[in-house]
Order: sequence, then structure tokens, then C-alpha cells
Amino acid sequence: MIGSHYVYWLTFALMMIGLYVVISHGNLIKKLIGLSLFQVAVFLFYISLGKVDGGTAPIITEGTQTYSHPLPHVLILTAIVVGVATLAVGLALVVRLFESYGSLEEDEILRRDTTDRDGVAS
Amino acid sequence: MTVIEVLSGVLLAAGAFFVVTGAVGLVRFPDFYTRIHAVGVTDSAGAGLILLGLLLRTTEWEVGLRLLIILLFMVITSPTAAHTLAQAARRDGVPVWRAGDTRR
Amino acid sequence: MTAFVLVNISLFAILGATALAITRMRALYEATMLTALFSLVTGSLFVLLDAVDVAFTEAAVGVGISTVLLLGVLSLTRSREAVTPRRRRLPAALVVLFAGGALGYAAQDLPPFGSATTPVRDHPVTETYLVQSQQDMGIPNTVTSVLASYRGLDTLGELVVVFTAGVTVLLLLGPLTRRNHPVKKDLVLADYRVLRVVSGVLMPFILLFALYVLFHGDYGAGGGFQAGVIFASGFVLYGLVFGLDRVQQVLPQAVLWVLIPLGLLLFMGLGVATVLLGGSFLDYDTLRPDDTAAGQRLGILLVETAIGLTVATVMTSVFFSFTGRGASR
Repeated sequence: MIGSHYVYWLTFALMMIGLYVVISHGNLIKKLIGLSLFQVAVFLFYISLGKVDGGTAPIITEGTQTYSHPLPHVLILTAIVVGVATLAVGLALVVRLFESYGSLEEDEILRRDTTDRDGVAS
Repeated sequence: MTVIEVLSGVLLAAGAFFVVTGAVGLVRFPDFYTRIHAVGVTDSAGAGLILLGLLLRTTEWEVGLRLLIILLFMVITSPTAAHTLAQAARRDGVPVWRAGDTRR
Repeated sequence: MTAFVLVNISLFAILGATALAITRMRALYEATMLTALFSLVTGSLFVLLDAVDVAFTEAAVGVGISTVLLLGVLSLTRSREAVTPRRRRLPAALVVLFAGGALGYAAQDLPPFGSATTPVRDHPVTETYLVQSQQDMGIPNTVTSVLASYRGLDTLGELVVVFTAGVTVLLLLGPLTRRNHPVKKDLVLADYRVLRVVSGVLMPFILLFALYVLFHGDYGAGGGFQAGVIFASGFVLYGLVFGLDRVQQVLPQAVLWVLIPLGLLLFMGLGVATVLLGGSFLDYDTLRPDDTAAGQRLGILLVETAIGLTVATVMTSVFFSFTGRGASR
């Protein structure tokens, strides 16, 4: 059991570290970093599902019979590039938030929002 | 085992040794400049020897050519990076460690 | 315990240590550099798991582009994180423990790692990708043939997402929203002579390498996505060293604005062309009815070029937007 499933559990551990950063930290850039840790761990999980013992990279050559499955590779290859594109959107939002609120901390931004609405300070 | 294989093994082991010494230096050295010195060993001696060791094991000339190109670019880029880092640190006024100072 | 398992476990140990260090670190510049290290080690793991194309992409994207973007944002904002209060830590730890426990329990039903008889492997589509593709198009790298031909529509969707993200960043930060403050003359990296000379020498080789990756994707690791990212990193390097003004003389914003949609339009136009030629959407057989394998190769080449074009221009203009924002503050 342990010998055959250890990779999955290790990727889950990495995922959970990323998820912890996303939930617990208030800094928006740190949240995005945590999100990309989570994302990379998910990529690792996908790729590990395509691995075959004794296989090689799915580039067809003479004299090789076993190949790892190419489909997870295709999905994750595109997902990495989409991931950095969405990270850029997140970072752009962070920059705009910082320009409006002068802070990157989630708590601080929320506090300024609520005080503005009550008209206590604006 | 042929002579070439033994030679390649020796080169690979020496490369691995230099990588480890670079890592040890990064942890143990007292300030920024000495640490950069240690890391420079990892890039030049460590990676260079490993690439040379791999070069002796290749059978196809295409692979060998690629390894040589990688070696060439490592030789160009890694000293540049180390140099720029050290120069930037000097420009920022990072002090140099002298014997007797505390670790930074 | 084989060497494979040992190397796997050590790489995972490095990843875990890096991830824990990132969570504890309040200085965000250091956390960003550790994130780059995380990506690099993940790339090594991808190679071990036979995913060379993915490793290539992860190394180019995770270490190159996303690190530069994060550093750019840090220079625009604040690089020090506030202390995480205890009241936030406890619920997060509970959620993580619960979710991790559930995942670990569910993983027992997964097929063993490396098994050759998983549902994915036994599906007839595996045979199509690994064997049939050699008659259909004769391209050794099955990742390329699946990406650009068998699942071409899927890739088109992904490219639309990249395009949309690029346009969103331009709308949020781009020249349209620029405020006219006097430009702050900052220290540029071109003041370092060694760096200036070396990056000037390396620039043509980076672009040449990107072209090699683009057109060699049929035979080895590589393809449009990787080539696009490498193209962009060449321009990012040039912009970092010589400043935004110099790189925009080489690659003006107006050219980028034409090129970003051009790649996507090329991809979609190819699909429409195959429909007009009497096939289905993105069915490259119709390009050369006398020799369908050559038609497939032509279609794949065009699609990879389109992907490379859009990815490269989107990444470059995202970088321009972030640095341009810094120059105008």
C-alpha cells in the first residue's frame, strides 16, 4: 500500500501546504504564491497518474515498447501556461488594490471598506 | 568497465562533490560575498564536471553537441550572475565580513 | 527500495521543505525566490515521471516568467507581510487536516503508482495516441500530436483563456489606464557593463532557441507553448537589462496589439478553413487530401506557430504592463 501510493500522498501533502497558505495568510501576494504551490502540486498529481513503471517519455522511438500516457502531459502542459496567465491577472488586481487602498493585507482592506460604508471615515 | 567509463564516473563523482561543498559553503560561510563564492563553485566546477562526465558517456554526436552547448552557456551565464550579484551588493553597501565579526 | 523511489522521495522532501519555508517567511522577495526553486525542483520531478514536455514548460514558466512577474509586483507594492494572527491559523489548519485526510483516504481507491493496467491505460484512446498516430501523422512526439491535432479544440480553448487573461491585464494595468506622472529615473541594470554585454550576446541565441523549440516540437520535447514562453523571456531579459524604452523600440506596443489576436485568429481561421474544405473543425486531413499525413503535419505546424505567437505576445505585453506601471508611478 505504502510502496504503491506514496507519490499520491506526498502530492496531497504539498497541496495541503498550499491550501493552508491560501486560507490562513492575509497578504494577497502570499495568497497567490500559496495558490501556485497548490496548483503545482495538482500538476504533479496528474502527471504521476500517467506514469508507467519502466516506461519512457511518450516520444516514439525504435526499440521502446512502454511509454507513459501522453494525455496528462498535454493537459498539464497547457494548464501551466494558463496558470501563469491567470496569475498575471491576479497580480494585476493586487496592484490595483494596492493603489486604491495602500495595503495588501486582506483584513486592512476589508476594514477600510466597512468604515467607508458606515460613513465613519472616508 | 572501460577506461572511459571509469574516467566519466570519477568526473561525475567530483562534480557531485563540488555541488555538495557549494551547498555546505552556502550554509556555513559568514557573509554574502563568501556565500556567493561558494555558490560559484557549484555552478562552474560542479555542473561543469558533471557535464564533462556525461559527455564521456554519450554515444550519439547530437547529444554530445547539446551537452557542449549547455556547457558553453553555463560558462557564460553563471559567472555573469555571480558577478552582477556581488556588484549589486557592493553598490548597496553590504559590508564585508572580517575575521572576528559575527555571522550575518 | 529502488534508486527511482529514493530520488523521488528526496525531491519530494526538498519540495516539502521549500513549501514550509515559504509559509513561514514574511519577507516576500525571499518567498518569491523560493517559489522559483519550488518550480525548478518540480521540473526535475516531471522529468523523472517521463513528462519532459511538461518539465520544459514548468522550468520556463515557473522559474522565468512568473518569478519576474512576482518581483515586478513586489517592486510596485510592499514586500513585507504582516504577522498572521492566531485566529486565522487555527481554522486553516482544521480545514487542511480535514481535506488532506479525506484526500488521503480516497487515494486508497486509486490504482497503484506506475501500474500499467489503470483505466486510463486500458482505454482504447491510448492505442490511438501511441500507435495509430504514427500512421496518421508520423510525428514521434505524441504529446505534440495529441495537443495540436487529436485534442486541438481543447488547446484552442486554452489559448482563448491565455488571450483573455492577457487582455484583462492590459485593461487593468495597460497604457489605457496609465496616469501621467513624471518618470522616475531608476537605476537600470544596463549600468552593469558585464551584464549588458552578456545579455546582448545571449539575446539572439535565446530567440534562435525559441524557434528551434517551436519547429522541433514534432521530434522532441517542445512546441508552441514552450517556444512562446522562451520568446517572451528573451524580451523580458532585454527589458530588464536595458529598460522598457529600449525594448519598446524593438517591439512597439502597437505591434504587440496586432500580434496578440493574430495567433488566435490564425488558429480559428485554420478551423474554419478545414470546414470550408469539407471536413470537420480542425480536421487537417482536408488540407492535403492526397496525403493526409502531410496535411496533418502542416496543420500541426500552423497551430503550433499560432500558439507560440499568442503566448509570446501575451507574456511580453503582460511584462510591459507591469513595468510600465512602475515607470509611470
